[in-house]
Amino acid sequence: MLKLDQVSKIYKIGAFGSKDLHAVSNVSLEVQDGQIVSLIGESGSGKSTIGRMILHLISISSGRIFYDGADVSRLSGRALKDYYRRVQGVFQDPFSSYNPIFKADRVFKLIHDEYFPELSGAEWGEKVEGTLRSVGLNPEHVLDKFPHQLSGGQLQRFLIARALLLDIRFLVADEIISMLDASTRIDVLNLLADLESRGLSVLFITHDLFLGYYISERAVILYQGCVVEMGSTEKIYANPLHPYTRMLMASVPRLDRKWGEPAEAPNGKPLGPGAGCVYRERCPIAYAGSGCDREQPALSEVESDHSVACFHYTKG
Amino acid sequence: MSLQADNLTVYYQTLRGDVRALESATFGLRDGEIMGLAGESGCGKTTLGHSLILLVPPMKLVAGRVTLDGETLPIQDTERMNDFRFRKVSIIPQYAMNALNPTRKIGKMTEELLRSRGADYQAGLPELKRRLDLVKLSPGVLGMYPFELSGGMKQRMVMVLSTLLNPSLLIADEITSALDVSSQKAVAEMLVEFRNRGCCNSVIVITHDISILYQIADSIMVMYAGQLAEKASTEAIIHAPRHPYTRLLISSLPKIGARYTEKKLAGIPGSPPLLLDPPSGCRFRERCPVAFERCLEAPPFIEIEKGHFVACWREIEANAQA
Repeated sequence: MLKLDQVSKIYKIGAFGSKDLHAVSNVSLEVQDGQIVSLIGESGSGKSTIGRMILHLISISSGRIFYDGADVSRLSGRALKDYYRRVQGVFQDPFSSYNPIFKADRVFKLIHDEYFPELSGAEWGEKVEGTLRSVGLNPEHVLDKFPHQLSGGQLQRFLIARALLLDIRFLVADEIISMLDASTRIDVLNLLADLESRGLSVLFITHDLFLGYYISERAVILYQGCVVEMGSTEKIYANPLHPYTRMLMASVPRLDRKWGEPAEAPNGKPLGPGAGCVYRERCPIAYAGSGCDREQPALSEVESDHSVACFHYTKG
Repeated sequence: MSLQADNLTVYYQTLRGDVRALESATFGLRDGEIMGLAGESGCGKTTLGHSLILLVPPMKLVAGRVTLDGETLPIQDTERMNDFRFRKVSIIPQYAMNALNPTRKIGKMTEELLRSRGADYQAGLPELKRRLDLVKLSPGVLGMYPFELSGGMKQRMVMVLSTLLNPSLLIADEITSALDVSSQKAVAEMLVEFRNRGCCNSVIVITHDISILYQIADSIMVMYAGQLAEKASTEAIIHAPRHPYTRLLISSLPKIGARYTEKKLAGIPGSPPLLLDPPSGCRFRERCPVAFERCLEAPPFIEIEKGHFVACWREIEANAQA
């Protein structure tokens, strides 16, 4: 089980780092064993930053990350390598994840050299072929090829296979299907869901709400580094509460309904920039004097397993 | 018909032979029509779009004729196309975010662009500002450098630039793919608004996302492996597709309310053929669930209902019997 406790990431920007940019602010979330959790938000919402912090690709500014009860916020050396045996990531662009001058299966060889030096070549070859089959690839068709000879879907499954070779327990899947064609993306998505049934936990980072709904049990909606709504996917989709979640839902192009007029008549007035709720500048129901211009509302539970951070619901 | 393409065939010349990226495309666009062009990567949709505006090596026009508003477009002649580019035919390129000159302020760049086409910047300024307003950009952006704008803002800026001379045909190449759902919606709706206000006459929207097309397009043309598979009104393509490829493409999209645990979606097995040496007959044959003997012969792209074109023997035969 992976748990984030009040994790923040602050970047120094401006001349001599004179200003702070809060990429992620006090995010707490949990991913249980064998669960897929979707992390949903627009670009700049901090969703990838969270994934990278979990993978130790960037450091954490404050807060702590626990894995199976142990604090893994600051690891290095052997402990970090052990952590990578259990936690791995797959990223958006499968083409730039490979070095184009080497054959694609070099990623497997590197894992062999680094983590399984005790296995003989033949044993390792068997393991690789078995894993490739489990991600729906035919080893004869994909081994010994250069990255440009494989399709995006195949490369992406290669990377998932690479992660699986390590017997991982947790996968960070950062927009892994947004660069794939409609006809192949669904296969990669189904593969992720199959992994879940094998007891693997997945943090599925996406900006597409319906993909999140299709695959995950729980969803976390992020806006500008803050969690605005989280809970069971079914409850969020049946009853989106935060105005941001509603706006996202209404913007998704779908095949059964056309974009209409805004469903929600604005009864407030979006507030100008300043302190207060992160969504105040775009919110149709924000108004001055309600707390929206004072502070970021805390997450509060409105029904079991469904929390929202909006003063509109916490006032009662 | 605003645009009419007949038997348009474009190959890429490579050292290993010709890549048949676009073969025998025959289609028309009505005045004011927004046509969506959909298909997987490598199906030739971008080749089709680019051949109408900038056909340069390694692209090679093998056959075909294109007329725009009754005038033949000299698409094979890069020099003569200069008179049409930007004025009559314009494009919003795929990476519009990187299409702005980073060393010029946006206003300066617009001025240079207009001067190169013999248009006057100062005279066009009120209209330019009106259009910036239309895409919700403040006139202040003209005094800014591209790096000061966000991706969505640059995209909208390029939209304004591309349509400044009211082109008859606008080609929008994957303009929404790199954007978030909320900016995606805004950009797509602005494109419709531009058409409604006459900033451009007809539009070809190239995208792999059919659900976007359902929202904005009047008609959709589906391509597969360099050939046209089906063209019909948006409603017909989404609700009554005739080509098996279109059907599979639509059924592989996640529906609202669909969940993995309840209803597992399926992709399309197999992958498109290589266009260096494509198989004879119907190119979808290998992946098609309803292929039969006749598919060894290439199907023609014919109108089986008014405005509904399809290239599939099953449908053509069923239609002949009816």
